[in-house]
Amino acid sequence: MITINPLMCKGCGYCIKFCPKHILEMGQERSEKGHFYPVQTNSDACNGCAICALMCPEAAIEVAGKNA
Amino acid sequence: MPAYKRPSSLMPMTTGYCPGCLHALATRLVADVIDELDQKNNAINVVSVGCSALNLYSWAGDVIGSAHGRAPAVATGVKRSMPDRLVFTYQGDGDLAAIGLAEIMSAANRGENFTVIFANNQTYGMTGGQMAPTTLIGQKSTTTRFGRDAATTGYPMQMCELISVLKAPVFVARYALNSPKGVMDAKKGIKKAFELQLAGKGFTFIELLTNCPTNWGMSPLNTLEYMNTNTIPYFKPGIYKDEEAEG
Amino acid sequence: MEKRFMKGCEAIAEAAVRGGCRFFAGYPITPQNEIPEYLSWRLPEVGGSFVQGESEVASINMVYGAAATGTRSMTSSSGPGISLKAEGISYLASAQLPAVIVNISRGGPGLGSIQPAQSDYLQATKALGHGGFRTMVFAPATLQEAVDLTYNAWDYAERDRNPVLILMDGCLGAIMEEVELPPMKELDYTVTEDWDLSKRNGREDSHMITPILPEMALEMLNKFKGMTYNMWGMMDVKVEEYLLEDAEYVVVAYGIAARVAKEAINTLREEGYKVGMIRPITLYPFPKASLDNLDYGKVKGIIDIEMTIPAQMRDDIELQVKGRCPVHEYGRSGGMLLDDEGVYNAISEIVKGGE
Repeated sequence: MITINPLMCKGCGYCIKFCPKHILEMGQERSEKGHFYPVQTNSDACNGCAICALMCPEAAIEVAGKNA
Repeated sequence: MPAYKRPSSLMPMTTGYCPGCLHALATRLVADVIDELDQKNNAINVVSVGCSALNLYSWAGDVIGSAHGRAPAVATGVKRSMPDRLVFTYQGDGDLAAIGLAEIMSAANRGENFTVIFANNQTYGMTGGQMAPTTLIGQKSTTTRFGRDAATTGYPMQMCELISVLKAPVFVARYALNSPKGVMDAKKGIKKAFELQLAGKGFTFIELLTNCPTNWGMSPLNTLEYMNTNTIPYFKPGIYKDEEAEG
Repeated sequence: MEKRFMKGCEAIAEAAVRGGCRFFAGYPITPQNEIPEYLSWRLPEVGGSFVQGESEVASINMVYGAAATGTRSMTSSSGPGISLKAEGISYLASAQLPAVIVNISRGGPGLGSIQPAQSDYLQATKALGHGGFRTMVFAPATLQEAVDLTYNAWDYAERDRNPVLILMDGCLGAIMEEVELPPMKELDYTVTEDWDLSKRNGREDSHMITPILPEMALEMLNKFKGMTYNMWGMMDVKVEEYLLEDAEYVVVAYGIAARVAKEAINTLREEGYKVGMIRPITLYPFPKASLDNLDYGKVKGIIDIEMTIPAQMRDDIELQVKGRCPVHEYGRSGGMLLDDEGVYNAISEIVKGGE
């Protein structure tokens, strides 16, 4: 349901901290820009609340609506 | 169920802000609201000097850079000439509460029909972390190495409190961007301010408490906690003036 | 054409309105207060805006904002206030915004005196702000000239996307003369719509007005500005050459000093002395050729007359004279006015002393 753009992400970790379902964690790979970026561990549990996107300073996360 | 799309008012690239900088979040939030109000083509972003100037490069709509502290004066000239446009300044705390104090107070007092977005991170970020007018007592900076001392530097300026005692402003509010609740409230506040402006109601002032991981010398996540224990108790979030609500 | 008997400051203000000025911001300072006072009621009459700024600094930045929308904008002040506006004028130059700035100058330096003086020549022509930019500087000597120069000032400002300065001393600001007022100019916003913030042309793309540029772009802008200044020197010099043909002594003076000097020159001519005058109307671009092309086989001396001590235009004069004859100077300063007798005596001492 969510898409994280590694090129926009700077790895601050806000999305991980505030995800109410605790299904984001910092990935082990670096982006082309050299930042670690979060990955979703259990996409089935995502309820699409978009708090990760709300807290992302760089608008690196997009959230699809229910029908998308 | 909420969906989220990157706002079109932002350039399709990362900002110049450091990782975890809430300036970037503040900018994004303004862009979100402008997209929601379908004002991308109508808005004019009046950017000032300091980290706020990085807005020049991430803003996809009309934008004008101004001198340090002078954004409210520049916005006055823009808005008086183009009254139908959605005009807002985007300023930091050194810019607004020190060198630009005359401009902000006078524009507020004239009731200029534009919106001020004030990002307060309690430091001069761009120049390397000197003491700002808003630096907290005891907070370290490159010009207050042992922490800000009220005996020689006075106390942090509380701009919402100052501006809300003026007669002309119609909406004055402060929000903290270190929690989802704060960000959601801030978004509502920005939206309300823009709607008031578009209705021709007058001066609106939105203070956003932000951080500076780089110059505070903390990880982004630690700054959020620092804000809870230090910043928010002094700079209390809330609506300081709401002429509409007061009728 | 409409004729009116007007005070200098008010004539400038009315000429500005007729020249298309629709925004003014300013701060009270003597001796230019009649300009904002006049525009405070006149601009709203024509759909323009007047703002009394909280400071000189705020006022120039309001002009910066209005200019960015393609609105013909103006501010006025006097010496100390122009110093405060220096930052904003530099930003106008950097962001390539057209605007007109009027300096009704008084005695300096410092708070100086509120009486008329020509004490801001160097500031006006060399460094109106930081960063090494130039503006055209118009220096009228009569109110009619002030009206005509103000009326057309925005045409230059918009052509060059650069501020224009009108430098006039407190005497000219305060005197009354009959002026012919030109008709209201039709506002033509197409001149600025390619870059301004207005969207008057219905564009959907975005414009950026910026006083900060990446290094390479800034160097390119500065090179372009350098070419613009050179173009002014070739195309836009305005000068009055008075009785130069047979002149053995040449007075160089501008503004009020030139008016007083002209009286003295006429008297000396009646006495049979061959004195002429070069009166720069544009102080920048400086009328270099008028001085360079003098017949130095004939000319025995140049006399720089200014209402300031020491003379400030002298360096520009000497650069053109290149040591081919002596350069003298005479002036009054601090708000002490040049008078007919003093100027006559000063010129006549040099002219007759040379016999």
